[in-house]
Amino acid sequence: MTGLILRRLGIGLITVLAVSIIIFFGTKILPGDAAQIRLGQQATPENVAAFREKLGLDKPYWQQYLGWLSNFLRGDLGISLASDVPITELIADRYKNTVIVSCLTALIGVPISLMLGIMAAMFPGSLYDRVLTFISVSLVAAPEFFTATLLVLLFVFALDIGNAVVVGSTEGKGFFELISHFALPIATLSFVIASQLIRMSRAAVLNVMSSPYIEMAILKGVPRGRIIFRHALLNAIGPIVNVVALNLAYLVTGVIVVEVYFAYPGLATLIVQGVQSRDFVLIQGLGMIFCLTYVILMLIADIAAFASNPRLRHPK
Amino acid sequence: MTQTRNPGDVVFEARDLKIGAIQHDGSEIRIVKGVDFQVRRGEVVALIGESGSGKTTISLSALGYAKPGLSFTGGEAMLLGRDVTKMTTDELRPLRGISVAYLAQSAAATFNPSIKINEQVTEAPVLHGTKTQEEANAKALDLYRALELPNPDTIGDRYPHQVSGGQLQRLMAAMALCGDPELLVLDEPTTALDVTTQIEVLKAFKQVIKEEGAAAIYVTHDLAVVAQIADRIVVLYNGEIKESGPVDRIINNPVHPYTKRLMAAIRPMPEAGQGEDSSDEHLRDAPALQAIAIDAGYGARDSNGKPAVPILRDVNVAIERGKTVGIIGESGCGKSTLARVFAGLLPAYGGEIHLDGERLSADLAGRTRAQLQKVQFVYQMADTALNPRQRIRDILGRPIDFYGTAAGMTRRQRVDYLLDLVELPQQFADRYPHELSGGQKQRVNLARALAADPEVVLCDEVTSALDTIVGANVIDLLNRLQRETGVSFVFISHDLSTVSSFADEVVVLYAGMVAEQGPTDRVLSPPFHPYTRLLVSSVPEPRVGWLEEAAQTREAKAGASGGVKLTEKGCPFFERCPLAIPGTCDEVDPPKLDDGNGHIIDCHRPIAELSVSG
Repeated sequence: MTGLILRRLGIGLITVLAVSIIIFFGTKILPGDAAQIRLGQQATPENVAAFREKLGLDKPYWQQYLGWLSNFLRGDLGISLASDVPITELIADRYKNTVIVSCLTALIGVPISLMLGIMAAMFPGSLYDRVLTFISVSLVAAPEFFTATLLVLLFVFALDIGNAVVVGSTEGKGFFELISHFALPIATLSFVIASQLIRMSRAAVLNVMSSPYIEMAILKGVPRGRIIFRHALLNAIGPIVNVVALNLAYLVTGVIVVEVYFAYPGLATLIVQGVQSRDFVLIQGLGMIFCLTYVILMLIADIAAFASNPRLRHPK
Repeated sequence: MTQTRNPGDVVFEARDLKIGAIQHDGSEIRIVKGVDFQVRRGEVVALIGESGSGKTTISLSALGYAKPGLSFTGGEAMLLGRDVTKMTTDELRPLRGISVAYLAQSAAATFNPSIKINEQVTEAPVLHGTKTQEEANAKALDLYRALELPNPDTIGDRYPHQVSGGQLQRLMAAMALCGDPELLVLDEPTTALDVTTQIEVLKAFKQVIKEEGAAAIYVTHDLAVVAQIADRIVVLYNGEIKESGPVDRIINNPVHPYTKRLMAAIRPMPEAGQGEDSSDEHLRDAPALQAIAIDAGYGARDSNGKPAVPILRDVNVAIERGKTVGIIGESGCGKSTLARVFAGLLPAYGGEIHLDGERLSADLAGRTRAQLQKVQFVYQMADTALNPRQRIRDILGRPIDFYGTAAGMTRRQRVDYLLDLVELPQQFADRYPHELSGGQKQRVNLARALAADPEVVLCDEVTSALDTIVGANVIDLLNRLQRETGVSFVFISHDLSTVSSFADEVVVLYAGMVAEQGPTDRVLSPPFHPYTRLLVSSVPEPRVGWLEEAAQTREAKAGASGGVKLTEKGCPFFERCPLAIPGTCDEVDPPKLDDGNGHIIDCHRPIAELSVSG
């Protein structure tokens, strides 16, 4: 199993390297020159040239890439072109905001979704199952801004609860204060991930439920609850953790629409700003952060799936 | 819970039991059409019949269980005086695992892969409160010992994948017996096993059933197995009882035509004369397909090109034109691997494959289309080998187009011709695979290989998933096809009697090495090599008392299957061989003894000694 995990780790590192190449050279082929952007339209050619030298932009691309990569490995993401502030400083605060919302969504949305999905698998074809299937399929089809709009209309305008725009500091707030602070973004995101989690956990458990060892458990007189939670769930963990990890990664990296909608200062709004101000350095840094988050979450999911499989845990 | 158990009490009784599938329009497709039989305490009743005869469905009714889609539509199934067909799941739960227990065909699929064995074995009595965990553990330990499982103290701490198939089958018996059931339902519990393992499992079952004083329903399609274990036989056909009575009477004196056909489908060992080379118009000098000193295996290759898991070592097999070579051996001996090497699916790392005397690329990708055409593969499971979304016409049409074998006919004519060849009606061309029965699908599977107009067809366990009679029909078909088309077959099977009835030559594989090969009758009647002798002596004979006799022979005592592993040097059969010579057999590769009739035995003992021993 250690070998398998090391191999996954290796694949993860290769993924990060490949993504770093794509991000770096991808931003290089975009029109515009970093020094020019930084100094503005009025700068003299001499100033620009001098600044290019200072930034190392006169060196060949591969040297620039290696320099950028080694800085990245040391935790230095460079200086923002737009605001002259280290990227790490810009990101740190925003990352915390995004992670708070993601974690709260995960804590609330993931267990509820899994329970709903597993219960649907316990009573396939029942009224509950069919209603849940209808709702979750509808949710898959609804884009985030639509769900968010519905929620805002319902809660903010009709019921006058919650905030349509999330403002104010998160400092010093307790768990429940944070939840009410971010109530609507969390609700929106929960709906988005719930549909996939419900569908997948239902399918994974149902798939296991048709295996002969479940029939054997029925013929041993094992009650339904124990069949699901002791016999079936253990064998469905692999696919379920993978979907959970994919959705968690989405929560960190893919929430642009929701963050912009509620205008709260997370990573996504930062990347929108970066693109608007053509801040290449910021975009590169954010790209790498997103990539790392994805790779680490997938790695954890793989390890969890390996650990849940006794064939891998206890080889012959 | 525990009443006094008197021998002769009726434990289970089916009274005009009817089971069927209710359609959407309310009509019923009846699977079981009113059967009556009794099972008394201390008695083993065998339900025998082919698939579709309703035998499994009837046996499950004893647990008050109908497979999804089926329901009890009439009659009664009385378990200990209570009709289980009228009970709710909650009422049934306390009975299941305690009053009546079930043993399924495949233990590998029946054990939950994620839960340790002991928890699964002791689950029913602990859950139902008839035993504490400690009492159940003690009972399980007794059963592990009674079933002669290795390391009884620790085997329960393992996961199912950590024990062998035969051990798992016996552990399933322990799981069924742990709750002290009054009735055991055994559904083909030895069908998936090798003959050498089957004999051990049968012995263990028989003894434990006797000691526990339980009654049993034993479902099988194998009369030879039934003769060993049952007291009475109920013969089922198409959901009806055709014949029933004591085992002696049914075996020795079958009355109903179906029972007679079942008896006839059991193939005796070959008679002298089978497999003798005769003048044959198809025979030319070079063999159609030949393996020369093949080494093959799976996994990553090291610096010498040797794979991590070597499977075959120095295998030499020649398939003559128009002949059938049977390859036999226990599971894991490399039979299928050899077929994959012939087909080029698994490139050998040593040795050569020759087709018509010309060297073939080891790898599929290096072979020309004409070479590919000449060697075709037929898989065991027609269900998975046939694309469920294609009509039979397209399944057969694709190789015709690919290899251009229409030979002056239109594609449609060629498909019709192929269906004729495998004795299927031409209208089947427009059907999908799921509309066909198992035997019909296997015929389509065969026709697909023949569509390429091959010289050699590799048949990997093509009859193993079929019923006795259906399998026998497929063998007859293969025989006819060979006479008509001159095709050669490589016939791989763990079923010794099927191979021996059909093959001209036999290759006995053990742990990746050829133990013995030659004309079928010379290899098998009588057997020479100690391993062949073990295999032959393990095939059940359809007569009462065979099991007890077989258990007394030296082969059976020595033959408890250990790990079948390819050794670096010496004879791999050394550890199980009753004639092993320590210091020689485990150190030196066995010499090839040739009796001059194309019969080669790989053994250190001289032929004269092998022919008299035993």
